[in-house]
Amino acid sequence: MSIKAAIIAEIQQIVGERKKTLPPLRDDLVLLESGLDSLGIAILVARLEETLGLDPFTESDDVSYPVTLGDFIRIYENAAKSRDVASG
Amino acid sequence: MRPNRATSLRDKLRSAPDCGGRFLWGATASVALGDLLRGTSLGGHLGELAGRSVLIATRDQLAAAVALIELDGVARRLIVCTPDLSSEHLPSVIAKAGVDAIVSDHDLHDQGDLGVRLHVNCDPAITPAESVAVDSHPTEWVLLTSGTTGAPKMLRHTLASLTAPIKSGQNQGTDIVWATFYDIRRYGGLQIFLRAVLGRGSLVLSSTGEAVGDYLLRLGARGVTHISGTPSHWRRALMSPAVRAMAPRYVRLSGEIADQAILNALRVCYPQAGVGHAYASTEAGVGFEVNDGLEGFPANLIGANGEVEMKIEDGSLWIRSARTASGYVDEEGATLTHDEGFVDTGDVVELRADRYYFLGRKSGVINVGGLKIYPEEVEVVINRHPAVRMSLVRSRRSPITGSLVVADVVLKGEPEATDVKREILALCNENLAAHKVPATIRFVPALNVAAAGKLARHHA
Repeated sequence: MSIKAAIIAEIQQIVGERKKTLPPLRDDLVLLESGLDSLGIAILVARLEETLGLDPFTESDDVSYPVTLGDFIRIYENAAKSRDVASG
Repeated sequence: MRPNRATSLRDKLRSAPDCGGRFLWGATASVALGDLLRGTSLGGHLGELAGRSVLIATRDQLAAAVALIELDGVARRLIVCTPDLSSEHLPSVIAKAGVDAIVSDHDLHDQGDLGVRLHVNCDPAITPAESVAVDSHPTEWVLLTSGTTGAPKMLRHTLASLTAPIKSGQNQGTDIVWATFYDIRRYGGLQIFLRAVLGRGSLVLSSTGEAVGDYLLRLGARGVTHISGTPSHWRRALMSPAVRAMAPRYVRLSGEIADQAILNALRVCYPQAGVGHAYASTEAGVGFEVNDGLEGFPANLIGANGEVEMKIEDGSLWIRSARTASGYVDEEGATLTHDEGFVDTGDVVELRADRYYFLGRKSGVINVGGLKIYPEEVEVVINRHPAVRMSLVRSRRSPITGSLVVADVVLKGEPEATDVKREILALCNENLAAHKVPATIRFVPALNVAAAGKLARHHA
């Protein structure tokens, strides 16, 4: 599963558990308007660490906080790339 | 020397050089401070409230702000209800604090008979009124904070202890516009409210249920210059497209551990602003402020002489100053100060090189975005599931909310992993507030049980 697909599956799971409705997930969707509040985003980040083994927000002191879904996906894709480079 | 500490908030406003052009701005209404000196929000009932123990139970922050200004120095005691105080705890708050009057902006009759005869309606629409001569009382302020059993702890302050951290002469510009992501009925927000009222500027209040983006747009429109919030508030703001709608000169964090990532992100977002983090709690007051842009605090603050004295004992931070609460309303319970006036903050610190860093709470309390959770209240719910033998709820660091709740669960039989996991989550979602529901559940073969037969908890 691609990083993007894993992120979207996890968002659908969390929004479903919390009985919220999910708008169409486009890249320019503002994350805080996706049915996830900051607690939901925190849960998403924790679960993605389990499924993808990545936590790009904790690995560095110089993080940018994502505004849109596209930003969020890019942060994970970049973290995965630098991990793949590092592991050679 | 404690200039201006003996007088009330209203006296302070009256003696300010000029209240013209100073406002408290809410989401839907605003109050000119000059009008407040010549009018009232209490519909002519101020005199009846003199000398009483008054519960302030408003929905709207602006209504609470105006009532606090009017009643400080008039009421004997002000009990400041937080917006999330549940109705089941209201009767015990009223009984413990000896409440004999309630000021509110909505009908409280659906709460049943609270046994308080005097109800006064307050409305931020100020009506002109002759000033009434009322006996002045030194008012005790009672602030609520969450307690172990869910019932709030009630802490006693005075205007002097609440304003002791505010340096006279600082932040006196007439162009200062204050704001806070906190509710002003919590200690962190109250500090900003008092700075605004005692200074010479204005204040922009948030509104219950207001989206962060809408508040940020209002802050930009009002030209906010000084603003505070918890690290979680700030992370949420940074995820809003409206974060650059404002350009503050001073950004303050308190109420949770400020990590290096959030300090750096704020410096990048607001390059023109000073970014500082403060250590404060309702119990211990403001301990210190750190303005060097780094997480943690310099080790030389410990043991230094000054307005605030701090020491480390049993790994946690202890504070003694004129800023701490004087005690609990209900003194039959725990006492606040021990050991010659020191308050144990319960926050565990660790020394690395020449700085102390916060690790978490000694009691195991989990702080999710500023809201406290006791692990036991979550374990009780998880353990109700028939397949669960036992569970351990603990804290996990989160780059978004500071901490999150996670659970280790021992099942009675073989795990049919996904179904049981989903059922436990559903059970928690039905019975617990969202921030108490475990973010992740891990099935483990066993949990450590300490010698006394209790679960071994690794605190902090």
